[in-house]
Amino acid sequence: MFRRRLPEWFVLLLPAIIVMAAVVLIPLLFSLYSSFTAYRLTRPSSLWRWIGTANYERILTDAKFWAAFGRTVLFLTIVLNLELILGLGIALLVNKVTWGQRTLRTVLMFPMMFSPILVGFQFKFIFNDNIGLVNNVLQSTGISDAALPWLVDGKLAMFSIMFAEIWMSTSVFAILILAGLFAMPRDPLEAAKVDGCTSWQTFRHITLPFLMPFIFIAMTIRSLDVARAYDIVQIMTGGGPARRTELIWTLMSRTGYVDARMGLANAMGYVSILLSILFTIYFFHKLSAARAQLGTGG
Amino acid sequence: MDRNLTHRNRRRGLKVLHFLALFLVMSIICIPGLWIVVNSFRPTVEIMAKPPVWNPSFSLAHYRAMFGGAGEGGVPVFSYFRNSLIVSVVSTAIAILIGMSGGYAFARYRFRGKSNYFVGLMLFRAVPGVALSLPLFIVFARLGIIDTHFGLILVYVAMNVPFTIWLTDGFFRQIPKELHEAAEIDGCTRWQAFWKVEFPVARSGVASAAIFAFLTSWNEFALASQLTRSVGSKTMPVGLLDFTAEFTINWGGMCALAVLMIVPALILTFIVQKHLIAGLTFGGVKG
Repeated sequence: MFRRRLPEWFVLLLPAIIVMAAVVLIPLLFSLYSSFTAYRLTRPSSLWRWIGTANYERILTDAKFWAAFGRTVLFLTIVLNLELILGLGIALLVNKVTWGQRTLRTVLMFPMMFSPILVGFQFKFIFNDNIGLVNNVLQSTGISDAALPWLVDGKLAMFSIMFAEIWMSTSVFAILILAGLFAMPRDPLEAAKVDGCTSWQTFRHITLPFLMPFIFIAMTIRSLDVARAYDIVQIMTGGGPARRTELIWTLMSRTGYVDARMGLANAMGYVSILLSILFTIYFFHKLSAARAQLGTGG
Repeated sequence: MDRNLTHRNRRRGLKVLHFLALFLVMSIICIPGLWIVVNSFRPTVEIMAKPPVWNPSFSLAHYRAMFGGAGEGGVPVFSYFRNSLIVSVVSTAIAILIGMSGGYAFARYRFRGKSNYFVGLMLFRAVPGVALSLPLFIVFARLGIIDTHFGLILVYVAMNVPFTIWLTDGFFRQIPKELHEAAEIDGCTRWQAFWKVEFPVARSGVASAAIFAFLTSWNEFALASQLTRSVGSKTMPVGLLDFTAEFTINWGGMCALAVLMIVPALILTFIVQKHLIAGLTFGGVKG
């Protein structure tokens, strides 16, 4: 029979594989094809006009695209590093607390459960130059006389978006690193104390190596949805002012849905997919390396 | 004695510093959310007041407008809430069934290319929603399932399956193999052994995977904003944008809807928190 020839694990995995193929793989193949055509939403027949790599050439020579691409990479670099450092700091702070730790941990999880679109809206409200909380506080306390144009000035807008992003995602790091700290064996720490290590040495040579796999889990989970930043930018500034906060994802969605140039947008989509996949593969690789290290080290 | 005293002072100083840092961090985490809640209860005049009014008054105007039929500016919140609920619940149920069988396969069987399959599944999850929405929009439009619950459910199932596999894999791995072997010796089939022995042990873990999947669907915006168009299928994250017109934003209304969105999520977080962390770390570290 058919059933007998297929191994059990494959039968168990089959539904997952079918769903992923139908909803992700096939549309992606379609978009790969359409990225080589001059497809416009408004003219369906243009789907069959094969133009080779013209879309990709166009992207690669487009200054706007490179600006968005560079900004995205810069954004991710700054945001991910800060999230890691802040997350580590928060985890260490909470780990030292002697009572109410559970409550603090629950509070830490709140931002994780906020919808990115909600985070965007929340900070759009708070950073609003006219009625926002930040400006109201600054002006009422007399720190600043004039209203700061948080979402109108290019640099400040980028800062606000990064703040929102970091607010939302630092807790992923904090929570997982905290889990690592809880799981840490006490003996090596005490041995280090007996041997006269300073607290910095203990942290650097015992705590941090032990936490590494947990940090990589957090990084891996985070790298799976770096593109959530799209939601935040979309609602906070929509890529403006004058494209100062345009990330690759907002540029793509504008090209696809507003300008209706699907072929070109799909070509951009592929660049962004490659970016995400590189991130994910890199961290999975690191994760398995850290795992192997942990396995041999105890 | 002098040395003792400075030492004690230093320790006390560190303690105060620690407390201050913790307090600062927690306020930064809490204040934005609380601000939304506070403002959902303030009348619009007060929100827009310049100079700002610092002691908030209490009014239910925004909630009354939201629940009173069409609401201010005609935002049909009830329909959005219902759509969100239907789409999230159904897609979570399906994703859990599919993901559980996948996770079980990863936890219990040895096969060639196992880690490649795993990473492959995760890579599908890594595809940015916006990038995926472009082809899905075209394909769904052709198939006629754009702007339907079915289309959105299908997408969310695919989005949640990889992560559910990761989590359930971690939970099943924690259950000793001997358990189902013993059951099989006692005459259970593998199927019975799973449902009668292994599933009850992993149940709370699976429940938290379900809550996580639910929240992912509940919160998703990038795909839903393109694949839904009308009142019949728009979810709440998409509906939130209804409050923004070209130049004016109904802040109070948005705050009220935001509270409606976040309350179920927070309640579920309370239930799930312990298992979620356990699942993520076990799945990741002991792979």
